Amino acid sequence: MKLKPQIKQKIAFALLGLAAVTVIVPVILILAILVQRGWPAISWQFLKEMPRMGMRAGGIFPAIIGTLCLVAGAISVALPLGILTAVYLVEYAKKNWWTRMIEIAIVNLAGVPSVVYGLFGLGLFVIFFHFGSSILAGSLTLAIMELPVIITSSKEALMSVPRSFREASLALGVSKWETIRCVVLPNALPGILTGSILGVSRTAGETAPILFTVAAFYLPRLPQSIFDQCMALPYHLYVLSTQVPNVRPALQYGTALVLVGMVFFLNLVAIIVRSHIRSRKQW
Amino acid sequence: MVEPKIVVKDLNIDYGGAPALKDVNFSVMDKEILGVIGPSNSGKTSFLRALNRLNDLDLACKMKGSIFLNGKDINREMDAEEVRKKVTMVFALPIPLPMSIFDNVAYGPRRHGIRDKKNLAEIVEKSLKAAFLWDEVKDRLSSSGMKLSGGQQQRLCIARTLAVEPEVILYDEPCSGLDPISTAKVEDAMRELKSRYTQILVTNNVKQAARVGDRVAFFLMGELVEINETDRIFTAPQDKRTDDYLTGRFG
Repeated sequence: MKLKPQIKQKIAFALLGLAAVTVIVPVILILAILVQRGWPAISWQFLKEMPRMGMRAGGIFPAIIGTLCLVAGAISVALPLGILTAVYLVEYAKKNWWTRMIEIAIVNLAGVPSVVYGLFGLGLFVIFFHFGSSILAGSLTLAIMELPVIITSSKEALMSVPRSFREASLALGVSKWETIRCVVLPNALPGILTGSILGVSRTAGETAPILFTVAAFYLPRLPQSIFDQCMALPYHLYVLSTQVPNVRPALQYGTALVLVGMVFFLNLVAIIVRSHIRSRKQW
Repeated sequence: MVEPKIVVKDLNIDYGGAPALKDVNFSVMDKEILGVIGPSNSGKTSFLRALNRLNDLDLACKMKGSIFLNGKDINREMDAEEVRKKVTMVFALPIPLPMSIFDNVAYGPRRHGIRDKKNLAEIVEKSLKAAFLWDEVKDRLSSSGMKLSGGQQQRLCIARTLAVEPEVILYDEPCSGLDPISTAKVEDAMRELKSRYTQILVTNNVKQAARVGDRVAFFLMGELVEINETDRIFTAPQDKRTDDYLTGRFG
């Protein structure tokens, strides 16, 4: 039997629509359940108090601060390193086996399971460099994990700057580095930033890399220096859910909601930055 | 005998396959406008890009021979930045940088270390006037260079190259995307600049070469077929191929 083209088209649209809905439904469900069960736990005290009674009561303030420290630390290491690597690869590197090696290494770095990063951080930063289990070690571990994302998105952003801009600048006798600094980087920056923020927001939720390198099981005080251990939201959530008996589920859902909220907030920042700069973009 | 501005000796260029330029020899006089004509793929652009070492950027591009600017070998005795500052280029499509009109023109001088605001403003005004653009943009120097019309953008690009005070200006089919009126304005600017700069104009438009060129060079399949006074090329070409091209028998 042959179907009419119009009917075929309707079926195709229906299938495509179904695929799109399948993607959205889990997201909405997760958010709805989180908000429904977690919202009652959210209060000012919950956000800014220390945990008490073996984490069965009190707030999650140190975990929030810990995660913020880790994210800030990771980005301040990974962002410059990643951008510089991308600039080297896009602008300077010759297309030879050395460059290919670097590029393959980056791709592989992106594919390494996060728990392996955790062990690597433990071996290199915690033990070999004697940083101990500390914010420094954790941030560096997260930074290495972020690097491939930052490098890849920075490369894309740099390559999207038209070649003609570079030539126009070079043709005026401006040096290559000045051209990169004054023409290429400013125009690539929005792409670099959005890509990087999205990458960072992912690491905010990572548990495995911080497990061995920084995360404290229960530390009801704020970190004093980068050589201190700290609590972190994802690990705290894991602990609440599996390691501590008789925790009110609201606490777990509340913690998860805060974590998701933070990640969501970072993504929102990325989107706002991008749309703001896009509206000013002239090419 | 006046020393020529640019001397090209045994210039050969290839991109890994067939040669783009074969044994090109000639010189360019100081403050002349040299028109370069020829069908596409005749090596005109390769030749132009060799003159300010933009070919360096193309790794596949292999060059043999030498080019002298004021008697100095640009590939061996000068660095690329120095060459490109003295020999600047206006491209086929106008490429304003994504910044204001003022910043576009001030871009070159700023990168070459001029910081003084008053000085920069003078350079910008002088350059825009010389490119016949000042009157059209003087009230909106802070608006984007990309909002100008095509012809204005191209004159902005000319102003931008003038701002670095070059000695030679290369034009790579600068009017290929412009309407006749804008083209006329760009050509006016070239004639006006003649008193101070040596200019080389690559064009697909034979008539344009006739209008502005003092001399005209004809390239075909990577060879310099003929170079002569504009009148002579157009009235009494020495080579049959030139005649054929000019009368439209091919290309």
